[in-house]
Amino acid sequence: MRILAALSGGVDSAVAAARAVESGHDVVAVHLALSRNPASHRTGARGCCTLEDSRDARRVADTLGIPFYIWDLSGRFQAEVIDNFIDEYAQGHTPNPCIRCNESIKFSAVLDRAMALDFDAVCTGHYARLIDSGDTRQLHRSVDSTKDQSYVLAVLDQQQLKRSMFPLGDSLKTEVRREATERGLLVAAKPESFDVCFISNGNTAAWLTEKLGSHPGDVRDAVTGDVLGAHDGAYAFTVGQRRGLGLARPSLDGERRYVVGVDTSTNTVFVGLGHLLDVDEIITGEPRWCGGAPGEHFEALAQIRAHGEPMPCDVWSTEDSLRVTLHTPARGVAPGQSLVVYDGTRALGSGTIDSARRRRLAALDSSPLSTATPSTSV
Amino acid sequence: MRPEAVAAMTAELERVGNASSLHASGRRARRVVEESRERVAESLGVRPSDVVFTSGGTEADNLAIKGLFWSGRDADDSRTALAVSAAEHHAVLDPTQWLIDHEGAAVCFLPVDSTGRLDLDGLRECISEHASQLGLVSIMWANNEVGAISPIAEIADIVRSRGVLLHSDAVQAVGWVDVDASLVDALTVSGHKVGGPLGVGALVVGRDLSPTPLLHGGGQERDIRSGTLDVPAVAGFAAALEAAVSTRLERSRAIAALRDNLIARVLDAVPDAVLNGPAVGGPTSGGPTLGRADLNGSGDSALRLPGNAHFTFPGCEGDALLMLLDAAGVECSTGSACQAGVPQPSHVLLAMGADDASARGSLRFSLGHTSTARDVDELIAALTPSVDRARRAGLTTVPAGA
Repeated sequence: MRILAALSGGVDSAVAAARAVESGHDVVAVHLALSRNPASHRTGARGCCTLEDSRDARRVADTLGIPFYIWDLSGRFQAEVIDNFIDEYAQGHTPNPCIRCNESIKFSAVLDRAMALDFDAVCTGHYARLIDSGDTRQLHRSVDSTKDQSYVLAVLDQQQLKRSMFPLGDSLKTEVRREATERGLLVAAKPESFDVCFISNGNTAAWLTEKLGSHPGDVRDAVTGDVLGAHDGAYAFTVGQRRGLGLARPSLDGERRYVVGVDTSTNTVFVGLGHLLDVDEIITGEPRWCGGAPGEHFEALAQIRAHGEPMPCDVWSTEDSLRVTLHTPARGVAPGQSLVVYDGTRALGSGTIDSARRRRLAALDSSPLSTATPSTSV
Repeated sequence: MRPEAVAAMTAELERVGNASSLHASGRRARRVVEESRERVAESLGVRPSDVVFTSGGTEADNLAIKGLFWSGRDADDSRTALAVSAAEHHAVLDPTQWLIDHEGAAVCFLPVDSTGRLDLDGLRECISEHASQLGLVSIMWANNEVGAISPIAEIADIVRSRGVLLHSDAVQAVGWVDVDASLVDALTVSGHKVGGPLGVGALVVGRDLSPTPLLHGGGQERDIRSGTLDVPAVAGFAAALEAAVSTRLERSRAIAALRDNLIARVLDAVPDAVLNGPAVGGPTSGGPTLGRADLNGSGDSALRLPGNAHFTFPGCEGDALLMLLDAAGVECSTGSACQAGVPQPSHVLLAMGADDASARGSLRFSLGHTSTARDVDELIAALTPSVDRARRAGLTTVPAGA
């Protein structure tokens, strides 16, 4: 097959490309230039797409003896990932930019271009497994549970999965690093990437303030409505957040308070005790199925963040939404996050969370709390 | 590398000797350097003492632009400006921009016409308004992207008659067109572009000029360029330059004929492709009648470097086309500079008036002494399917928000 290997300059994509070459495929490497103003050097574990990364990617391609190109996708990345990230936060949501990047850049813009240029598939260093079962290509968790990236890939459909190649899904990260060393790939010891790649210092709140400006508003008690403090912009707060609230008065009983709701229409941050965060019903927008809709009602596992625990649940599916009831309440469910539905190790699909609530509240049963519109509950 | 250069270089690699030393091996190395200097001078029509060896074209350009700007300003503090063509190589444009940013220099970026040749009226205007402030004018002898050859004799007349120094980057021209370095005050030559080694070149600059050094130290090369000379590289450079210049006519003619065939067949295979740069064919192309003009001693009348063919393929991205042709075994270049690791549309095409899309959809095919008719056949065979595919790919990659 003709394979287009995306090389980030990191160790995973390097080993993935090496394996594709070794399997006998005709492999061409591309490095995606996603930043319009790339920094020269990587600082610690943060950031990506620096010139150093680009050079590292080129060195990998040279070592593997395959052609190397740089594709400039900075315009699309700005429009579809960075601007989307800012818009979502401005609406009080908590987006996952890696998912947006996979769905609109790596497995859309890059994949489409690769197909047009006569490639058969795109190869990346994602930790996930593709298993063919009949006519369906299933997306499964990687064998390395600490590195599993099926969560950020569960927006891909059959067309995309059938043109993808994830050679690392059956490996442990430690094996991949060792293999990189054995293959003489100089990126073998490069640190892992964490956090949001386009926020180089990792300070999302400060970055958002720079983009969205300062909008002082109230921090209120979610139950009483009392003003407890002030903030610089409701968009910078995420449901479940505990730090950075800057509240002068402790709660009456001395217990920790959390952000339990963000209302950007009134620029209000609602805080309350931890139990207010417990939800057991989640509503998402339009579901994205990896391999066809599984049915109107079924039992499954739900995962709501990249390295979150899979939670037993019931799923009711329509064309427009998912209603997911958790068998055990969960905390810190924020609008904008992706909910991925699993059957065992298999990722069935995903939906972006619109709202969540507690169906049966033991103490406050008359005030169901919607995290999407907390103002209605106070 | 040319066999003459390999032979000259390997002979020196086996010997020791620092041309700056006074002992026997140093004297021997010195002799090699000086003989090389004489060969370079002879090939370019200047005196040996005019030749300053450098680490290559980029250093020679920097030495000319910054060094002559500084020394000119030191001698006459009203000379705080320079003029360069907008289509210069980055080795000229970037030191010029540096002088703007760090030394407060004023600069005329001289316009080129739609074929990439200098607009002489633009030059005349700049000179007539600013002659007394100009420390230096720099115009490339031939353009590396679209192959446009500058009318250096006319340019020299306009510039030097008003007492302004003229530098020319002749890296692309030497060995392909008649380069008479005595027409200019300073001239840049590079080793590897004439079939010599990488990492060596020269600035030809008259004894009466002393550009302020970029490198200070042991005082080598007239105290203009300190540093121990790379004797094998200098010997290889001189041998290559001599061979390139002495065989220039026959090679230029053969390559131009091959290039004209390539252009005709590309335009036939892709009818809406656009040839960028000066016209070819007839007496100006280096075709059959070129030789007579040269033999008559009237100089090279060609407007375009013989090995250069540069096209815009509407609807294609140059990158995509390059990738497809590369996969088919055809090597070409988008001619665009990689800025910050990302290919940018060529400043040369933009200076010629091209829009962003056609600048991005451009490819250069360079023919050299190893090119054959079979290379052209292979290109033509691969071109049509590659262009079709690149056009389809182009539809998928319209940059969002751009």
